[in-house]
Amino acid sequence: MLNIIKLTTYVGLILLQLILVMKAEVGFYQQTSALLFIWFAVIFAVTQLLNELTRISEAMTQQAKWVKPLIPALFAFCLLLIWESIIKGFAVSPVLLPTPSDILFAVFNNIPTLWADFQQTYLKAVLAGFFLGSLSGFIVAQWAVKSVFLRNGLLPLGNFMSAIPIVGIAPIMVMWFGFDWQSKAAVIVVMTFFPMFINTLAGLQSVDAIHRDLMHTYAAKKSQIFLKSQLPQSLPFVFNALKLNSTLALIGAIVAEFFGTPIVGMGFRISTEVGRMNMDMVWATIVVAAIAGSLSYGALALLEKSLLFWHPSIRSGNKR
Amino acid sequence: MITKIIQKKWFALVSLVLAILALWYAAALVMNGRQIINHFERKHQTWTYSQVISQAYTVKRPMVPAPHQVAIELKKSIIDKSITSKRSLIYHAQITLNSTLLGFALGTLLGILLAVGIVHNKTLESSLMPWVIASQTIPILAIAPIIVVVLGAVNITGVIPKAIISMYLSFFPVTIAMAKGLRASDTLHEELMFTYNASAKQIFWKLRWYSAQPYLFASLKVAIAAALVGAIVAELPTGAQGGLGSRLLSGSYYGQTEQIWAALIVSALLGSILVWLISLIEKRLLTRRGGLSHA
Repeated sequence: MLNIIKLTTYVGLILLQLILVMKAEVGFYQQTSALLFIWFAVIFAVTQLLNELTRISEAMTQQAKWVKPLIPALFAFCLLLIWESIIKGFAVSPVLLPTPSDILFAVFNNIPTLWADFQQTYLKAVLAGFFLGSLSGFIVAQWAVKSVFLRNGLLPLGNFMSAIPIVGIAPIMVMWFGFDWQSKAAVIVVMTFFPMFINTLAGLQSVDAIHRDLMHTYAAKKSQIFLKSQLPQSLPFVFNALKLNSTLALIGAIVAEFFGTPIVGMGFRISTEVGRMNMDMVWATIVVAAIAGSLSYGALALLEKSLLFWHPSIRSGNKR
Repeated sequence: MITKIIQKKWFALVSLVLAILALWYAAALVMNGRQIINHFERKHQTWTYSQVISQAYTVKRPMVPAPHQVAIELKKSIIDKSITSKRSLIYHAQITLNSTLLGFALGTLLGILLAVGIVHNKTLESSLMPWVIASQTIPILAIAPIIVVVLGAVNITGVIPKAIISMYLSFFPVTIAMAKGLRASDTLHEELMFTYNASAKQIFWKLRWYSAQPYLFASLKVAIAAALVGAIVAELPTGAQGGLGSRLLSGSYYGQTEQIWAALIVSALLGSILVWLISLIEKRLLTRRGGLSHA
C-alpha cells in the first residue's frame, strides 16, 4: 500500500513538472527560483521510479515483458522534460539549443522540405551507395577466400583503410562525379566496401572444416557448398557489417553534402540553416536523420533475427 | 619456386601497391586527358594524342593529380615550409592531433565510466544501454558543424568543440567493449573472490579491471580512428582556423586538387600512426600480464 502511494507521488511530481513547463511563462526559474526544488524532486522521483521498474522487470513475472521497454522510454521522456524545463526556465536563447517541443513543431511544419531532403539524401545516395558498396565487398571477399594472393594484399589494405578518415575523399568525389547524389553514393561505396570485405572474409574463413568435409563426402557442387554451408556460416558476420555500414552510409552522405550539392539534401539543409541561425530546422533535420538511421538499423536487426533464428547468438536470448 | 613467392605476404602487398599506382597513373591520364581535350575543343584547336599525353601529368588543377605531383606537393608543404607556417601540413596536422587526442581521452574516460556504471547498476543498464546503442545509429557527425558554430557563439572556440565531437564518436566502442570485458572475468576467479569475501571495490580493481583490458585495447583502436574522423569533420566549418579538415575544404573550394590529396594522405598517415601506437602499447601491456591469450 505504502509502495503504491510512493509511486503515485513520483508520477504526480513528473506530471506537475510537465504542467509547469507547458503553462508557465518563459524564464520561470529566473522569476521564482523556488520552482527549482520541484526540478530536483523530479530527478529524484525519476531515479526512484526507474529503480522500481527495473526491480519489476527483474522479477520474471508476466508483466516483466511489458515493463522492460518502458524503462528506456521513461528515461528518454524525463531527459527531454528536464531539457525542456531548463531551456524554458532559464530563458536560454533558441540559437544555443532549441527546446524539444520547438524541434517537434519544426518537424511537423516542414514536412515537405524534410521529405524532399530525405528523398535526395537517403532514397538516392544512401541506398545506392550502401547496396553497391556492400555487394562489391561481399563479392570481392568471395574471390579473396579462394586466393591467398588476394587475401595477403587486400587484408592489410582493409586494416589500413579502417584507420583512416575515408570521409575525406568527399571533395574529390564531388569533383569527379558532380554535385548530385552520384558523388555521395561514390563516397559511401568506398566507406562501406572494406567493412563488408573484412567481415565477409572472416565469416567465410570461419566455416568449420568438418562441414567442408561433410559437403565433400556428399559430392556437393560448388554452388551447393556456397548456399548450404558457406553462406549461412558467414551470415552473422555479413549482418554485422551491414549494420555498421547502415550508419556509415548516412554519415558519409551528409558529410559529403557539405562539400557541394544541389539545393536539396539533409547535409545541405543543415549547413544552410546553421548559416541562418535557424536552429530548430537544423535539429529537425537531425531528428529525421536519427529516425532514418535507427529504422534502417532496426530493419536490418529484424531481418537478421528472422534469417539467423538458428544461430546461438540469437537462439540463446539474453543470457545475462 | 614461383608459387612460393606468390604465397608470400610482401609479394602480394608490393604487387597491390604497384597495381594501385599503375591504375592511378592510368586514371590520371584518362580523366585529365578528357579535360585537356575539352579545353582544346572549346578553343577550336586541333590536337593529337601525343600532345594530350605529354600534358596530362603537368596540368594545373588536374582532376586527378598523378602520384608524383602529390608527392611534390607533400614535400613542398611538409619539408620546405617551417613548422609554424600556416601553409605547413605539419602545423595543420598538429592542430587536428590536439583535438583528436583530447577528444579521445575524454571519450575513453566517459566510455569506461559508463561501462562501470552499467555493469554495477541494473537500473543504469536497463535505462541507459538501449540509448547508448541508439546514439550510434544517429549520424551525429552531421551535427558536428552545429556544435562548433553554437559553441563559437558563446565564445568557446579552439580545441574544445572539436574535442567534444571526437569524444562523442569515440565513447561508444569503449562503452560496449568495456561492458563486455568487465563481465568477462573467469567464473572460477569470481568464486575465489567471493570466498575471500572481497568487496565490490576489490573485485573491480583486482579482477574485473584486468579481465577487461584486452577488450579495452581492441576498442581503443576503433575509438582513436573515430576520434580522428570526428576532429577532421569538425574542422570543416571552421575554415580559417586551420587543421586538416579545413585544408580539405579550402582545397575543394579553390580547386587545389593537390592540396586535397596531400591533406588526405597526411590524415591517413596520422590515423595509421595513432592506431599503430595504441597496438604497440597494447602489446607491451598484454605481454607483461601473460600474453595475448584471449581478445
